[in-house]
Amino acid sequence: MFELRSVSVGYGERAVLQGVSFAAQAGRITALVGPNGCGKTTLLKAMARQLPLREGEVRLRGCPLQSYTRREFARTTAFMPQVRAIPEITVRGLVSHGRFPYLGLSRQMTARDRRAVEQAMQAAGVERWAQRDLRELSGGERQRVYLAMALAQGGDAILLDEPTTYLDVAAQFELLELLRTLAGQGRAVILVLHDLAQALQYSDEVAVLADGRLAAFDTPERLFASRMLDRVFGVELRRAPDGTYYLRREEPPKTASCNSCGNIV
Amino acid sequence: MGDTKRGYRAAWLLAGLALAVVLSAAAGLCLGSQPYTLPQLVQALRAQDPQDTVWRVLVYVRLPRVLAGMGAGAGLAAAGVLLQAVLNNAMASPNVIGVNAGAGFFALLTMVAVPAVPGAVQFASFLGALGCAMLVYALAWRAGLSRTTLVLAGLAVSGMLTAGINTLKLLWPEIVASSPGFLTGGLSGVTLPMLAAACPYLAAGLLLALFLAVDLNVLCLGEESAAGLGLHVTRTRFMGILAAALLAGAAVSFAGLLSFVGLLAPHMVRRFAGADHRVLVPASALLGAAFVVVCDIAARMLFAPFELPVGILLSLIGGPFFLHLLLHRRRRRIYV
Repeated sequence: MFELRSVSVGYGERAVLQGVSFAAQAGRITALVGPNGCGKTTLLKAMARQLPLREGEVRLRGCPLQSYTRREFARTTAFMPQVRAIPEITVRGLVSHGRFPYLGLSRQMTARDRRAVEQAMQAAGVERWAQRDLRELSGGERQRVYLAMALAQGGDAILLDEPTTYLDVAAQFELLELLRTLAGQGRAVILVLHDLAQALQYSDEVAVLADGRLAAFDTPERLFASRMLDRVFGVELRRAPDGTYYLRREEPPKTASCNSCGNIV
Repeated sequence: MGDTKRGYRAAWLLAGLALAVVLSAAAGLCLGSQPYTLPQLVQALRAQDPQDTVWRVLVYVRLPRVLAGMGAGAGLAAAGVLLQAVLNNAMASPNVIGVNAGAGFFALLTMVAVPAVPGAVQFASFLGALGCAMLVYALAWRAGLSRTTLVLAGLAVSGMLTAGINTLKLLWPEIVASSPGFLTGGLSGVTLPMLAAACPYLAAGLLLALFLAVDLNVLCLGEESAAGLGLHVTRTRFMGILAAALLAGAAVSFAGLLSFVGLLAPHMVRRFAGADHRVLVPASALLGAAFVVVCDIAARMLFAPFELPVGILLSLIGGPFFLHLLLHRRRRRIYV
């Protein structure tokens, strides 16, 4: 679905990531992980055409991203940024915006658009709030509504930038389960996740970004076995008998201080 | 509130505001230093006798004034809606960010430089408004587009242009004397030919604003979300600023530097109709039209036989409202 070939991204003169190559497949969840400032969001924005590439190429369904018009791209790929407005609008109104790439010059929705909106609301489980004001919903509920808007775009790829941020734990798991279902239906789900354990638990492939490059791209099992995540994040990654990943902080090296001057020796 | 209920509410609001425009226009035609009844006006319109005082007052004084109030109010209010949406800033309005001052400076400059060229004042006013809006936007963009930065950039640009206006006033006092209400905003010297010259700009601006309504709704989701939905964000912003310049430029060309209509009307409508620009644009235009006509009636009658320029009254009402917004209002859009 998405294929990155020697991609370099950054802001102005500063390159954040260089030489990144991997492919995110349809029907699978691909997580981008890495320490703060490693360029996860920058790379995702470049994949969403919100930032120009410095070098390399991103191909979507085998064609370069630049070959798509704005609207064609929006019909293929939905992008959920981390920071979103909460306007005064009903849930159905917001989900209807997902049909914007299909509207003609009059900007009027057709019966087909309205059907797509209802289907998207059902798929995201938000149809019971259709008439409610977005501002009345909880963070987790709003996230689902935004996901419904992304589904209304009708594409088969969804890019999400830290979708679990600001959500309570239950809402985080609920959202990740929903993304799992959407990937199961054949969509390519590509997301930036801050929580390493969640990324390993819910994704099929993980792209590990560190030191301005792609440090690894592999399945969670193989990454866990290689222990490379321990080195990148400075933590000890463990796995419970039920398969759940969890983290332990690595013990800092033992030091001693001089009783008279207090200096570490 | 559900979509259907919102739809009914919007329809009632638009109908109510249209009625308010009609009633305020009728009041504007009837009331004044010499009040007339509607039958008297109808009779004068039927007779069309140039010697008839009622006919002369109606055609040469009150009708241009009422039409000017409606045009200026609608134009400035719709321009306010557009600027608030494209600049993502609830404090934006044509006078706050210096668009009116830009239009006013170039209109006066044209009155001085080429006083006899028909349509030149209106065109210069539009160009001044457009240039000023683009300049303020560019300045605020460089500084990070915060709400305060935009207002301060507008104040700085507005201050420079007001200095320019005052210089023109000193060097060519006869130009200012020929349009006494221009600097504070007033409708007393407006003629039907002036309105006719500004009308195409107003009509084009309103049509463009209505055409942009859905795109502005999408833009209000935030720049990244809007771009993700396939909206050409830069083009939409430019079209919004262009429409605002057409509207504000046209209004300033005949009504002078009217303040705060573009801030008051959109915020009042939002309280009743929400943030859907398909309703917000026409409803604000209607409210702005009725509001300026009513304020002009009050300005004519409060100290009769002396007359206040309507701009003074609008500033007296708008100033405290602006301070209220500045001090108490939370950000219009909350982010997750």
